[in-house]
Amino acid sequence: MKDLTNLSLLEQIDGLNSKEFSSVEITSSYIEKIEEQNKILNCFISLNENALEEAKKSDSKIAKNKANTMEGIPIAHKDIFCIKDQKTTCGSKMLENFISPYSSTVYEKLFNSGTVNLGKTNMDEFAMGSSNETSFYGNVLNPIDHERVPGGSSGGSAAAVAARLCSFATGTDTGGSIRQPAAFCGITGIKPTYGRVSRWGMIAFASSLDQGGIFANSALDAAIALENISGFDKKDSTSLNKKVPSFFNEASSTNKDHIVGIPRSIIENIKDSEVKNNFYDSVEILEKSGIKTKEIDLKNIEFSLPVYYVIAPAECSANLSRYDGVRFGHRCENPKNLEDLYARSRAEGFGEEVKKRILIGTYCLSAGYYDAYYIKAQKVRNLIKESFVNAFKEVSSVMMPTTANVSFKQNSIQDPVEMYEQDIYTIPANLAGLPAISIPSGKINNLPLGIQFIGNYLNEGNILNLSNLFQQNTNFHNE
Amino acid sequence: MNKEWESVIGLEVHVQLSTESKIFSNAPTKFGQEQNSQASLVDLGLPGVLPVLNEKTIEMAIKFGCAIDAEISSKAIFARKNYFYPDLPKGYQISQLDDPIVGKGKINVEVDNEEREIGITRAHLEEDAGKSLHDKYEGFSAIDLNRAGTPLLEIVSEPDLRSAKEAVAYLKKIHSIITFLDISDGDMSQGSMRCDANVSIRKFGDKKLGNRTELKNINSFRFVEKAINHEINRQIELIENGTSIEQETRLYDANKNETRSMRSKEHANDYRYFPDPDLIPIKITNEKIQEIKESLPELPEQKIIRFMEDYEISNYESKNLNSSKELSHFFEIVADKVSSAELAAKWILGDLTAILNKNNLNIKDSKISSTDMIDLLKKIEEGSLSGPGAKKIIELSWSSEESIDDLIKKEGLDEIKGEDEIIKIIDEIIKNNSKQHEQYIQGKEKLFGFFVGQVMKETKGSADPKQVNELLSKKLKQ
Repeated sequence: MKDLTNLSLLEQIDGLNSKEFSSVEITSSYIEKIEEQNKILNCFISLNENALEEAKKSDSKIAKNKANTMEGIPIAHKDIFCIKDQKTTCGSKMLENFISPYSSTVYEKLFNSGTVNLGKTNMDEFAMGSSNETSFYGNVLNPIDHERVPGGSSGGSAAAVAARLCSFATGTDTGGSIRQPAAFCGITGIKPTYGRVSRWGMIAFASSLDQGGIFANSALDAAIALENISGFDKKDSTSLNKKVPSFFNEASSTNKDHIVGIPRSIIENIKDSEVKNNFYDSVEILEKSGIKTKEIDLKNIEFSLPVYYVIAPAECSANLSRYDGVRFGHRCENPKNLEDLYARSRAEGFGEEVKKRILIGTYCLSAGYYDAYYIKAQKVRNLIKESFVNAFKEVSSVMMPTTANVSFKQNSIQDPVEMYEQDIYTIPANLAGLPAISIPSGKINNLPLGIQFIGNYLNEGNILNLSNLFQQNTNFHNE
Repeated sequence: MNKEWESVIGLEVHVQLSTESKIFSNAPTKFGQEQNSQASLVDLGLPGVLPVLNEKTIEMAIKFGCAIDAEISSKAIFARKNYFYPDLPKGYQISQLDDPIVGKGKINVEVDNEEREIGITRAHLEEDAGKSLHDKYEGFSAIDLNRAGTPLLEIVSEPDLRSAKEAVAYLKKIHSIITFLDISDGDMSQGSMRCDANVSIRKFGDKKLGNRTELKNINSFRFVEKAINHEINRQIELIENGTSIEQETRLYDANKNETRSMRSKEHANDYRYFPDPDLIPIKITNEKIQEIKESLPELPEQKIIRFMEDYEISNYESKNLNSSKELSHFFEIVADKVSSAELAAKWILGDLTAILNKNNLNIKDSKISSTDMIDLLKKIEEGSLSGPGAKKIIELSWSSEESIDDLIKKEGLDEIKGEDEIIKIIDEIIKNNSKQHEQYIQGKEKLFGFFVGQVMKETKGSADPKQVNELLSKKLKQ
């Protein structure tokens, strides 16, 4: 029998619906593979014991012609999405024993569209990290080179999709946490417009930047999956009350009416010449397939990193205050008094990176510093947004590298600022709330590299279409 | 009051808004339910939950703003106020800092017949915290999150108040506004209205404010007055003894009638306010404000004037009748059904209020309903029930389940005695008290009261006192 795990999502949906194979068969294939490879890769924090049960239910629905859009498709969830009665750790010791009493909207939507949950994937603690090295549950290895990191923070999901341990996976992206690992693992990763996917039940890191998204093996697969998690949710005030188009139809349309913006200053300043060459090669591929490109200026974009590292820690410092050992999560033993309970529960429950960011955020919001840091950062954030708004008057999308380098070796980056610079090309889309996708664009020394398309507000269809076009003309996503 | 020192007081009043559900979750806001039974996922601050604004709270805040003639902000922005406390589940309280919904406004308060305008700095929306119970379990503190997320309107006054009495008058005014607007039940005993006071003193004539202390936890009108007066005296004593006042937060202990230090300025929290990214700014349009303004119910000040005009009652009576929404409503129902509104005012403010006060009850819990009151007053107006008779019925019906009519019958008050009958009774009494009668004729006029009492006793209050007086003075002189 052929390897069902190597099929695209589209082929799997077709095969299940035509009863060529069953959900139990495809689920079993993935489970076997997980059992064999997860020991090494460490993609999953917990596995769903009921996966086969869910698959059976899907099969009976298919048999009765009651299949939902993705009935019987085995997937994985980043362990940041709450699932009722299942452990949701967020990669932290703090939530090691936290069993959620409710489910996130993203999980519910995917459950309702028929997917089978294989398990919950490893991640940087509270989504803070760019290499999956801050997880309490250990490093995730890059399936392409086990000495290297898969990227982060959604490293488990990226590695699981790349190693074909699930059909597709959910992730979250606050400063690049979907796109950077997608690039490092050689797969497709999309972060939609801020507000497109409900944040209900998605554990908060930086609320104004966090956005759920998808890892998949191609732009078309990502389009199908994204369509199923998007939409207005009255439980999330920042959710957008906008109709969700068929991303699949938009992605697969033959419309070539694109003008892709190339931000000159950014490209000129790429330090790694191979990354720069890969970028220009990618531009050429687009142009050869009939896509227009145009050089643009994105003013103030160079301030993205410092702006992000004020706003994200500030928001996280408040978002993580609820982990105080009082109601749930890690609680220290024999607290002497209230302050001791707080201090030790948090000191023991949080890892170094999380503590660092809480401290930075607390500092930025403190009396006397608030205006100089937080208010100023918000002002610059607005300027960056404006730059994009102006750019979209001339172009339909903006193209950038996803990362400044290929995946690096585990423990090789010790300087925190160097680590923070990992997100230099991905952060601007989060600050502006724009949809952005990373797709494979070739390899350097056998290690994958990605390019990124940033779309206009609510125009995920455009960048999915562009990515699909690119993938029709290349084979990087199948390598 | 001290002649040398002027006290300067500003109040922060927290009013619980009477919405069905909480400000950022759909959990109910009922008081007195089983612990933690009214706390939803959002109120518990679980990982991944998000707040959604209950828009009714915005309307209520605007109503208050319109009632005090304040500026209404064109947008409402919520901010996180960060501090750790076990009854604050998220580790921050969602409140407002910049752009409070209600800006500068004013209200008038009256003390000793002198009216003064008190400035309102702002009023903003925020969520309430839960409750910590420190003495329920040995060695543990217990947390009840039923109250967590209840909507509050925090009303901040300018430091315009000059005495504890004025502070109480201000508080009572706020109470009447919020209850007339129907945005809160204003019940201080259930914590629906709570008050913190900023108190400082300075020499009369000084422009500069003295160091202030903040008094927390004052939860009744009576305690407000006591706590502030106590604090003023404490400060005067300290300064006169050459000690300066430390800027600090002090807790009022009602049992001991004292205030004690809670935390000093150095230990004051840095709340690290910043706009809550989970809540988008709410636009408040002029049309919306206008719409709310036009639908405002009649407010106490307008009602006081209208009552004086429509019912021809005194300013004093009208003010008292409008001291609460329920009382004013009760009066209106009664006054509209009887021929003399003045008589209604007299009875409601007199005997009815007296018995309510005696039983420590509010008019809404009165055992004499407005229908009962109409009944009684009609009978008085017809002359079929005497004043003392009505008074008796009010007292009796308080502890009886029987109807007014049954009580009147039972007490024999249903037949007011006619002139002939009264004369008969008087004759009998004079006969039986010939000694007193003689003394009276000889000039001991004080005995007149004795005879009135005897007649009233015999008629069980069913005679008209005026008539008894007339007949007695005639008969006794014979």
